[in-house]
Amino acid sequence: MYLQETLRQMYAMGVGSLLIVVVISFFMGAVITLQTAYQLVSPLVPVYVVASIVRESTILELSVSVLSLVLAGKIGSSLATELGTMRISEQIDALEIMGVNSRSFLVMPKLIAALITIPGLVIISCNVALFSGFLVASTTGVMSQDQFLFGLREDFVPFNVAFCMIKAVTFSFIIATVACYHGYYAEGGAYEIGTASTKAVVYCCIIILIFDYILAQLLL
Amino acid sequence: MIELIDIRKKFGGQEVLKGISAQFQPGQTSLIIGTSGSGKTVTLKCMVGLIEVDSGAVMYDGKNFSAMSIEERIEIRKDIGMLFQGGALFDSMSIEENVMFPLNMFSKMTKAEKQKRVDECLDRVNLAGKNKLYPSEISGGMKKRVGIARAIVMKPKYLFCDEPNSGLDPKTSLIIDKLIREITVDLNMTTVVNTHDMNSVMEIGDHIIFLWQGLKNWEGNNQEVLHSGNKELDEFIFASEFLKKVKANYNKIID
Repeated sequence: MYLQETLRQMYAMGVGSLLIVVVISFFMGAVITLQTAYQLVSPLVPVYVVASIVRESTILELSVSVLSLVLAGKIGSSLATELGTMRISEQIDALEIMGVNSRSFLVMPKLIAALITIPGLVIISCNVALFSGFLVASTTGVMSQDQFLFGLREDFVPFNVAFCMIKAVTFSFIIATVACYHGYYAEGGAYEIGTASTKAVVYCCIIILIFDYILAQLLL
Repeated sequence: MIELIDIRKKFGGQEVLKGISAQFQPGQTSLIIGTSGSGKTVTLKCMVGLIEVDSGAVMYDGKNFSAMSIEERIEIRKDIGMLFQGGALFDSMSIEENVMFPLNMFSKMTKAEKQKRVDECLDRVNLAGKNKLYPSEISGGMKKRVGIARAIVMKPKYLFCDEPNSGLDPKTSLIIDKLIREITVDLNMTTVVNTHDMNSVMEIGDHIIFLWQGLKNWEGNNQEVLHSGNKELDEFIFASEFLKKVKANYNKIID
């Protein structure tokens, strides 16, 4: 039952968020490429540096922190609403009466699903953003395809990918636990579920930003 | 047997249960009746441990449920079935999965045995063949019947029903009442029903407790309830002017 519930949550989080992740990442990569190219107009700076900056911005911040803020809204509100609705419709009470540990049964699969799915979405986001950067750079004449690919490889620090994954896992944990907490302890009716959902998103975003700073300070 | 010994419960400064004692016997349908706010739901939730009592004890076959550890309670709860007011069915699961859920969690039955047991329970509540429907696709009465099927799938010793007739038409209510009565007798369960439906009171009230402002005000059965001579109970039963007139005329005829 736990495995089945975990897979269901993974499907809901992963497949359910895939479209928004791809769309946001595509435009994020495209815009950051154009804006960086716009700002780095100097004969002293080689044009491929734009690609390096796009790579670093994407891996270190945009595809993980910005995306996590988006997912806090998408997945966080969904988790809080689901659990809040289960609370007020007595489904959580029903689990307790059956002798099921409701916290373990409801929260654990969501947490595990988030820890697996959100880093996966971050990896997809990184790839989509870099691909869109490549596409935009080469089609708008910012630089050639070869220059962009050279820039992507130049001065690449593999630890940055590890740092990106550490952040992704940390933010996944924050999104799942904070949202589940607010949903699980929701009381009242439809209005309170809305409030719990809003609180979940707001607290997720604030905590993600705080941990974004802490992790950058500690690990970079 | 379930026994309540002087249970009390306060929320903030408001004392909702002011010391209720009662016994509920196996094979009987015991009804807790009373006006809204009289403490029916709190009593029921205290009995199953969803709300902790401030003082007093809830005893299951002589064992003090209120003083048990979480692990001990889980063992007792495996013998408890509960029908919730709204059904409390899991939206993400089909009817069959809802009914099979307790078996999947606690039973060591094979898949075929589980399927057979689920089919038996659904047949019992006249929902045979509806296995694959989802809660959003069925009516309120059907949800209650699925709730009953889920409650009895583990063959519990104790069955609790929280307002089983709320939101149902009189005919469907009678079907639900009949079902509760039948399974109580057949499985020799200790059944406690929380209701303010007078049809249920007259139909399945083997044992009735009337709560009034957090206290047990009257205790009896469906043969006695209309002639209790209890002022508060009469006000509860004969609430409308029409029923008051009916009672007055009935008394005249009897006299």
